[in-house]
Amino acid sequence: MKQKLRPLEVVMNLLFFLCGFIAVVFVLFISIYLIISGLPAIKEIGLVEFLFGTKWASTASEPSFGILPFILTSIYGTAGAIVLGVPVGFMTAVFLAKIAPPKLATAVRTAVDLLAGIPSVVYGLIGMMVLVPAVRELFHLPDGASLFCAIIVLAIMILPSIISVSETALKAVPKEYEEASLALGATHIETVFRVSVPAASSGIAASIVLGIGRAIGEAMAVIMVAGNVANMPSLFSSVRFLTTAVASEMSYASGLQRQALFSIALVLFLFIMLINVILNTLLKRKKG
Amino acid sequence: MKKRTLALMLSAALCVGMLAGCGGGNTGSANTPSGNTPATTESETPATTQLSGTVVTNGSTSMESVMGSLIEAFKEVQPGVQVQYTGSGSGAGITSAQDGTADIGLASRDLKDDETGVKQITVAKDGIAIIVNPQNPVADLTVEQIAQLATGEVTNWSEVGGNDAEVVFIGREAGSGTRDGFETITGTTDNCKYQNELTSTGEVIANVASNPNAIGYASLSAVDDTVKAITVGGVAPTEETVLDGTYAIQRNFNFILSESTELSDAAQAFVEWATSADAADLIAGAGAVPVAE
Repeated sequence: MKQKLRPLEVVMNLLFFLCGFIAVVFVLFISIYLIISGLPAIKEIGLVEFLFGTKWASTASEPSFGILPFILTSIYGTAGAIVLGVPVGFMTAVFLAKIAPPKLATAVRTAVDLLAGIPSVVYGLIGMMVLVPAVRELFHLPDGASLFCAIIVLAIMILPSIISVSETALKAVPKEYEEASLALGATHIETVFRVSVPAASSGIAASIVLGIGRAIGEAMAVIMVAGNVANMPSLFSSVRFLTTAVASEMSYASGLQRQALFSIALVLFLFIMLINVILNTLLKRKKG
Repeated sequence: MKKRTLALMLSAALCVGMLAGCGGGNTGSANTPSGNTPATTESETPATTQLSGTVVTNGSTSMESVMGSLIEAFKEVQPGVQVQYTGSGSGAGITSAQDGTADIGLASRDLKDDETGVKQITVAKDGIAIIVNPQNPVADLTVEQIAQLATGEVTNWSEVGGNDAEVVFIGREAGSGTRDGFETITGTTDNCKYQNELTSTGEVIANVASNPNAIGYASLSAVDDTVKAITVGGVAPTEETVLDGTYAIQRNFNFILSESTELSDAAQAFVEWATSADAADLIAGAGAVPVAE
C-alpha cells in the first residue's frame, strides 16, 4: 500500500511546497518592487528633504515633496487610536475571559466578530455621514473632518484584534495559577489583575502591536473622515495619513509626483515591517 | 491578511463588473444614435471602410474621462483602430501635436498666440458648478468672490452676504482635472486653502450637502438636488449657458491638430466621429457638455 501511495505523496509534497513558495515570492516581489520604485524619487528629492520637509505640494508649479506631515499624522493617529482603543479592548477581553457569564460572553463575542467583519469602507461611510457632522456640531468647528474623527474610527476598528488576541492570551493562563491565588485568599478581581493579566502580558502586548499595525495601514476609512489636506497634524485640523497620501493622488499622478507616492509607500512599508518584527519578537517571548 | 486578500478579490470582481457595465452602456449608446441620425452616419458608412492603425493622443489629464469613454466606444465603430491616450497635461499635449509625437494633442484650454503650427477643434465644454449647502442664503457670487473664498482671503460668509459663519472650502485632490479647471479659471492655482480634499465628485457633493457652511466645486453634470449650485455673476450653470459662453467657470476641451502634417485616415476618422452627434451622448456621460448638435 505504502509503495503505491508514494508518487501521489511526492506530488502533494511538491504542491504544498509550491503553495508555501508563492507567499514568499509575493512578499519578495512586493518588497523589491517598492524599493526599486521608491528609491529614485527619494534620491531626486533628497532623503532629509523628503522625510523632514513640512510642505507637500506635488502639483504646484514649484513642487515640494515633504512628507513629515504624513508621517506625524500617521504616528499621532495610531497613538490616539491605541490610547482610546486599548483600555476598552483590554477591559472587554478581561470581561469575556474571566468575568462574563458564558451566555453573555458568547453574545458579546459574536458582536466583536461582526465588528471585525465590517468592511473599512463602511466604517468610513458612517464616519463621514454621522461622526463628522456630529463632531462639527459638538465642538462648534467649521468642519468636522479631522484627525480626531480618524482617531475615533481607528480606535473602533482596532477593537476586535485587541479583544480577541488578549482574550486568547488570558484564557491560556494555566488554571493552577488562579487557583493558587484564590486559595491564598485573593478575591476574584484581585486574581484577574494580579495573576492572570501579568501572566498573559506578552499576549496582550502582541494584541496592541497588532492593533498598531491595523491602524497605521488603514486607508479607506481614514480617507473619508480625515479631510486629506497636507497640514501638520493637530487634533481638529484636516490631515492626511501616509496611506491616504498614496491613495488620494495615485489615480492622476505622473512623473516625480508618482515616484514620490511610491516612496511614501516604501516608508509606510518600512513602518509596517518594523511593527511586524516587534510583533514576532513578542510572540516568540511568549512561547519561550 | 485573509481579509485583505478577500477585499482585493472583491474589488477586482467589482472592477470587472463596472467594466462590463461600461461596455454594455457604450454599445447601447453607440448603436442608438446611429439609428437616429441617418444623415451623418449614412454618408459616412460607405466611406468608412474598416480602417486599421494606431492613433496616438496625448495631453490634458482633465480630458481623461471624456477620452476614456470615446476610446472605449470607438472600438465598436472601428475595431481595427487602436486609440492610445497618455495624460501629460495640456502644455505637453500641444507640444506633442507640434512636434508630431502625437496624432492628436489634447488641451483643456485654448491655444495661445505663440503656439503656432497647430489648430484647435473644440470637442466639448467643461462647466464647473460652484455648490453650497441648500441652507446657505448666498445664491450668487462673482468669479472674484469665489477666488477670495477659495484662497482664504474671505473667511466668513457674512463678507459675501451670507450668515456669520466660517467658510469651509472643499475641493478635489491634487492632479484632479476638475481641481485644475477650477483653479485655472478662477486664477487661484496653487493658492487654494482647502479644508477638505476629496477623491471624487460624489464625496465633494456629499460633504457640501452635510455641512451648512461648505462651498465646493463639481462637474456640472454631477450636481444634484442635495446641494445648491449658485449663479456666477448672475448666470446659472446649465448646459445652455455653458454652450453659449455666458457661464464663466467653464473651459474648452480641444483636439490640437498639426497644420503642416496630414492626419492618418484612422486619426481623421476618430476626430470626425468624436466631433459628430454620435459621440455627444458619450461626452455628456463623461461629465462634459458636447459641442456637436
